[in-house]
This record gives sequence, C-alpha cells and structure tokens, in this order.
Amino acid sequence: MHLPLSGPFAPTPSRRTLLRGMGGAAVLGAGIPLLSACGSTDAAADPKTVTVGSNASDAVPKKAFADVYAAFKKQSGITVDVNTKDHNTFQEQINSYLQGTPDDVFNWFAGYRMQFFAAKKLAAPIDDVWDKIGGNFPDAMKKLSKGEDGKYYFVPMTTYPWAVFYRKSVFQQHGYKVPTTWDELIALCKQMKKDKLVPIAFGDKDAWPAMGTFDQINFRLNGYDFHVQLMAGKASWTDAKVKATFDHWAELLPYHQDGFMGRTWQDAAQTLVAKKAGMYLLGTFVAQQFTNKDDLDDLDFFPFPEIDSAYGQDTVEAPTDGLMVSKAPKNHAGVLKLLEYMGSPAAEELYLKGDPSVVAASSKADTSAYSPLQKKAFDMIGGAKSLTQFMDRDSRPDFTATVMQPGLQKFLQNPKGVDGLLASIERQKKQIFATS
Amino acid sequence: MTTDSTTKSPEAASVPPPGAAPAPKRAARGRRRLLTRRDRFTLALMAGVPTVLHVALVWVTALASIALAFTTWDGIGFDSIKWVGLENFKQLFNDNPQFWPAVQHNIIWFVVLILIPTPLGLFLAVQLDKNIRFSRVYQTAFFLPVVISMACIGFVWQLVYNPDTGLINSLIGANKPGHYIDWIGDPDLNLWAVLVAASWRHTGYMMILYLAGLKGVDPSLREASALDGANEWQTFKNVIFPTLRPTNTVVLVVTIIEALRAFDLVFVFNKGAQGTELLSILVTNNIIGESSRIGYGSAIAVVLLVISLVVIVPYLVATFRKERRS
Repeated sequence: MHLPLSGPFAPTPSRRTLLRGMGGAAVLGAGIPLLSACGSTDAAADPKTVTVGSNASDAVPKKAFADVYAAFKKQSGITVDVNTKDHNTFQEQINSYLQGTPDDVFNWFAGYRMQFFAAKKLAAPIDDVWDKIGGNFPDAMKKLSKGEDGKYYFVPMTTYPWAVFYRKSVFQQHGYKVPTTWDELIALCKQMKKDKLVPIAFGDKDAWPAMGTFDQINFRLNGYDFHVQLMAGKASWTDAKVKATFDHWAELLPYHQDGFMGRTWQDAAQTLVAKKAGMYLLGTFVAQQFTNKDDLDDLDFFPFPEIDSAYGQDTVEAPTDGLMVSKAPKNHAGVLKLLEYMGSPAAEELYLKGDPSVVAASSKADTSAYSPLQKKAFDMIGGAKSLTQFMDRDSRPDFTATVMQPGLQKFLQNPKGVDGLLASIERQKKQIFATS
Repeated sequence: MTTDSTTKSPEAASVPPPGAAPAPKRAARGRRRLLTRRDRFTLALMAGVPTVLHVALVWVTALASIALAFTTWDGIGFDSIKWVGLENFKQLFNDNPQFWPAVQHNIIWFVVLILIPTPLGLFLAVQLDKNIRFSRVYQTAFFLPVVISMACIGFVWQLVYNPDTGLINSLIGANKPGHYIDWIGDPDLNLWAVLVAASWRHTGYMMILYLAGLKGVDPSLREASALDGANEWQTFKNVIFPTLRPTNTVVLVVTIIEALRAFDLVFVFNKGAQGTELLSILVTNNIIGESSRIGYGSAIAVVLLVISLVVIVPYLVATFRKERRS
C-alpha cells in the first residue's frame, strides 16, 4: 500500500530511509545493463543463421512454423532462429521493434499495414525474391504484396476468407435456400425469425467484428475501388454512397442477435454451434469453436449476397499473413533463400499440415489434403477478382482503432444518428490522415 | 561505492570528534560542521542518485510529454516530430466525440467513490474497531478485493455481467432474445455496472485506511466523552471523526487518484467502449499500438495532468497550511 505520507506523517529522513533509497537505486542501476543485454543477443552475422521475429504465439501456428523451418534447415543448411512474441504484444510494439534491432525477417500482414512500414523505410524491398516465386501466386496476391512504390515487400503465406457461416442441417430442416441477393437475405432473415431462430449471430464486444460487416456491405454495394479509396482516406465518409451502406446495414440490424455489445465472437459462435442462430458473418476461424467433429462437418458458408449487380460477388475479404524483411538484415543471402523457400508451394503445404484453419496463399499449393471447408475457402479466394484485407489492415490502424471502432459501435447502438456520426468520422479522418 | 564507504569507515569514525569539539557555542553551525567530507560525499550520493533517477524518470518524461502534446509524431524517428501548436487540443475539444464523455465519466467515478464506498468503508471500520468477535476474519474478507489486481477484478466481474452466461442475467432470466440486459455494452448501464465492481474494491481500501486511523485515536478521548455523557453517535460525530482529519486527507487524495487513474478495470471489462470512456483509456488507445498518435495522446495526458493538479494542489496546500498552524 503506497500512501502519500507527508505533512503530518512525514518522518524526518532517517539514515535508514536514505539507505533504503540507495539500495533501490542500486537495484535499478543493476537492472539497466541487464535490459540492454536483452536487446543485443544476436552476435555478429552468422551466414548459417537467419533470425525471424514471429507473432505466431498460439500453439498451433507456432508448431506449424517450427516444422517448416526444420524442413528448410534440412534443405539449405541454414538455421532459422525464431524469436516469438505474444501476438498482440508483437503488434503493439511493432513500431519500436522495427526501429531498434529487429530480426532479419518478421511476420506481418499484407495490405496497407505492410505498405505503411515500407513507406517508412522500415522494411526492405524483395523484388529479387519475387523474380523466382512470382509464378506461384495469383495476381490478387501479387497486388497485395507490393508497396506504394510498386516494389515487392511481402511474401504471403496463408489466408482465410470472411463469409456467412451456417449449419447445413438447420438449412435442410427448415428448407432454407442459400441467399444470393440482398432481398433474398432479408426474406431469409424474416423467415428465420418466424421459425424462432436468431437470424444472424453477432457479438461486438471486441469492437472489430462490426468492421467485417461494414466491409461486406460496402464493397458489395459500392464496389472494390470505392471501398479501397474510402479505406485509404481518399473518398469522403459523408459521401451518399457511404450513407447508403449504413442504410442497408440498418435494414439488416434488427435481425442481428441482441445484447451484442457485451458478447465476444466466441460466445456468438456458440449460438451457431447450439443451432439457435441461423447465420454468422465471420472469418473461417469461427470453425475453432466447433470442437465436435459432427458439428464441424455440418458447418458450411456462402459468400455475402450480391447487392449491386454491377459488382456481384467479385470481392472477397481475405486477410493474408506472411513475412517481411527488416530494413537491414544481417544475413542477406540467407534471407533470400529463406523467403524463396517460404514462397514455395511445398513450404505452404507443410505449414497447412500443422495449421489446417487457413488456406495457402499460393495457387500452386496442393489442395488434395484440404477439408471441404478449406477447399471451398480456397476456391472462393482463387476466384475473386479483388481481395480486401479487413478494415484495420486496409486503413490506418490509428484511424480504425480510435475513430472507426467506437464510431461503428455508436452506429450499432443508435442507427438513426448516422448523419452526425459520419460527419464526425470525416472530420477526424481528415485530421488523422493529414498527419501521416 | 559500498566497498568504498565501508573500507574507509574507521577513518570516518575518527574524524568527527575534533570537528565537534569547538562546536557547542552555536548549535546550528555546529551541526553543519559535524559532517565530514566523507559524510557529505555519502549524503550527496544517497540523495543524488535517487534525485537523478527521479528527475529522469518522472520530471523529464512528464515535461517531454507536455512538449509532445504540441506536436504530431508517429513514433518513428525523431525527425518526424512536427510542431502543431494548439492543434491537438483544438481537435480534442471540438471534434473528438469521446473526449467530453471521458471527462464526465472520470468525474462520475470520483463522485461515486466518495459518496458510496468511502462512507461504507468508514462504517465498516468503526464496527470492526469495536473488537467484535471474528473481527480479523471480517477484516480479511473486506480487504481481500484490494489485494486482487484490478485486471482480475475486471475479468471476474465481466463474467458476472456476461449477457448470455453471466450470473446476473441467468438468475433473473434476462438472457433470452428480446429480454437481454446488456450490462457490459449498454451505454446507459455499463458505467454503473463497472462502478459496482470498483466500489466493491474501494470499500475495503477505505476500511483499512480508516481502521488504521481509528487505532490511532487516543482511548482517553473516548473515555472523556463517555464521562461527559455523550452517546455513541455523539462521540463519533464530535470526538472521533474530527481526530480522523489526517486520515480524511489521505482518503480524499487516494480517492481522487483512484478516479483519475481508473483504467485497468474498465480496459479488461469492455476496453472503454461507448458509455465507459475514460481519459486514461483514450491516452492508451492513442499512444499504444502501431502508427501511434503520440502527440495527440500526450495532449489528452496533459489534460489529465492539469485536472489532477487543479484538484489536488489547492487542497493539499490548504490542508497542510492548517496542520502547520495548529
């Protein structure tokens, strides 16, 4: 208990308190060299070692990466020294990490979040790697791997789509058909409500799931190009097109599970597991909540229905994870070899063996070992005309975290106040994007 | 430096007497001469090292964050710091939809803590001070929440408030479609829900502070008031409570600090979503993370600093002036 003891209590500083202060100072002083020692564990550049800073802190991806690196060592004789940090901590510290003494290679996301560090010169271009691996990837992936200057900065490894998930048995039991247009979706929601189902499961306690719903409605209604412009801060949030997106959302909102502000996505997924909800718009990671094999086999998904026939269902939201190279890698030759390997179908297949919740970014990777869900996800991404990454990866993270997350939650609480909300978002957007 | 002082200490012990001998004439000057060079060196070291650390870790950082409040900076390289004058504050006061609610919530937090758990803690302390049976058990039970970290408290209470599986909604049957009570998400409810958790902890804290204060009350005062025929309430109101004055100062300061630094509980509870915005959470949201808005976040931190100074400084000055006079 630290009470501000002064005034009436203040004892005259005795020799003992002074000594204690010095002892504390000595401890602090001793701690400083220890701390600095942590930062410089890597000795001189070793041609047989490449260091990787990893955010794959969960057991499954961590093990999957370890397997891939072991195979790489066997093939090339180069050891991969992995430095794993907690996923969220890694993300929060990325700024200082990349400015300090980063590892040669680090795990990161495609899209705006990659381009930001490329533009800040905190990442090294890897066009030489892409000369060799370019043939392994579809055009949409190539687009995702380039910085604003047109150079490659990123090697995609895995990806997964966002879609509307449902249980086959529930749809069969009630004779529902997969909706392909907005009107069919609304009609289906109405029918589900009559059948005492929650039409759309929803939980927005963590504030990011709502961004997924916005993305789907916005690029279906206004198209990929407008969506990207909006995310990049170029199009205006007060545009009538954005207003229309929110109007559509407001139409769909009454069919969402209520009490969503206090519910996590895991709890919302449980209502789908329990067959109390009909549909759930989320990424394929929703499958993690289906721990029973029969339930998992019963899970299926469809792409978000078409709203404007001009755009159909041509865009898929497929967040992509992969690797980047830090600004001054110590072992440049080793880094090139590693990334070449990581961009090969063989490495991605090996990774997926350890982590089957995602699909390979490469179109050359063997799909025979995929589960039906993975196969469907793979086809959906492969057939997409454009890929988006998710709002917080396609736009400035400071904008999405401090403006959009609270903004969308405000909309969900009060769908009628959308005009004032959009004006406020636009004002704040201008301020944030003005500072770059 | 420790070896240095120990090896030379025999000499040090032998030096003072000659210095002390001519001193007795004037006490004030004599005491100064009592300090040998080594003493002064040790003292300088003992006071100097903590001062350097304090200045570096508290004052320099505080002043740096005040300076940064007038700039924009994304945290990448010092050359990207740009001076923007009062722009951050202008944006904060005019355009940030979370700022004024956050200020309001911090104030509500303080008012609630001072109105509910503080008197409750005093009440419990007075009861426990009567040496009733099992008093230690009660004391421990009430104090336990203070020992638990705020993050754990937030985690436990958000389980209690969970809309689907939480204790409250399950008990009152409010976890069915159409009947949901969203304790965590509803902006009209969630602040109060969090405050229940905060008060639950704060009561124990206040109880222990007051209990310590009550133990220090001279028993002869009670005896005297009993002899004068005062009943229990009168004794408390006219005799005991006034002697708790120093404790009250501590309680007030502690409560203000608690209200201004309220963070962990809410952050775990719902990350400061609509209805529970707090200044500390706004600072964190703006500064921590990638491409951070360090200038803007610092501006919020400066507002927080100014509020705490405005509240605490006049009160402490007034109190200590009074204490010194009496």
